[in-house]
Amino acid sequence: MIKKPEQGMTIIVKTITRYTVVLILLFGIYFIMNGHLVHGGGFAGGIIVALSYMHVMLAFGKEVAMKRITDKTIQFLVGLGSLSFLILGILGMTKGYFMYNFFRTPGVDYIGKPFSLFSSGIMPLMNLAICLAVASGFFSVFLALIFYRLSEDKK
Amino acid sequence: MIQIQIILVFMIIAAAIAIGTADLLGSVVAIGAVGLGLSIVFLLLQSPDLAILQLVVEILSLVIIIRAVGIKDKVNVRERRFIATTISIILMGIFLTFANIALLEIPGFGTPIMKIGSEYLKNGFVQTGVPNIVSAIILDYRAFDMLAQVSIAFASIIAVLMIIRKKVYKEKQ
Repeated sequence: MIKKPEQGMTIIVKTITRYTVVLILLFGIYFIMNGHLVHGGGFAGGIIVALSYMHVMLAFGKEVAMKRITDKTIQFLVGLGSLSFLILGILGMTKGYFMYNFFRTPGVDYIGKPFSLFSSGIMPLMNLAICLAVASGFFSVFLALIFYRLSEDKK
Repeated sequence: MIQIQIILVFMIIAAAIAIGTADLLGSVVAIGAVGLGLSIVFLLLQSPDLAILQLVVEILSLVIIIRAVGIKDKVNVRERRFIATTISIILMGIFLTFANIALLEIPGFGTPIMKIGSEYLKNGFVQTGVPNIVSAIILDYRAFDMLAQVSIAFASIIAVLMIIRKKVYKEKQ
């Protein structure tokens, strides 16, 4: 990525971006996976994931970032995130009512072991669905602004 | 409470600067200052969840607004469409009337004190097994609200993409 000096910003920015962008992405994933244990959640974590992709795109230029993830994939992910949240709600109707936590065994208070990562039924899955929709959605808005700017420059 | 009032004065000054300046980029930076002040106010009012969300959304919107300002879109809306304007004003009036009726029905602000919130705080951890009570409320008790929130985000993203794509398509022709 670093061997094309004509694209993106200077070599200082590129070198720092190579080390920091992974940390930003991991911080977002930590927010999503621990959304039911500590502060955070799917919305904030999703925006942090989108910001890490924007970081790559601002530092390395459009072509390098679009090699990793294409716009077709992003369009698919926006729909997948929103639909999977709805499907999780509909799956609850098999056990009870809409948005029922269908991992719950009747008569037991806690779902799973409290304060552990894999607990509380469908809440981590819901956080994941919200993250998919929010991250790919806001990243696609940013992509659209960049494409519009390029088309104006050529004129 | 004196810290919150100081930050509120700072936010009002920054908002006035954002409206008043002739430079678009300076206006965007002033909007960012308003959001940062709001994030600190949330932190002082002991809601770290909202503070994190406000800070992150502020950074994202700053990046997107700077990108959008750089385009330098020179669209002058000179033409006046009377029919569309009157229809939208009538619809807005109907909406405001019904919203006023609905607002009169709900109980006043803060009364009765913690009627629903105390139930959540008492039974929330036992019923859901989630330590973060905000997550338990928005994803279990009020999951239907969260569904509406996700669909609002989806619809707004689709609308933004549709508007921008139309301009690109026109320029290609």
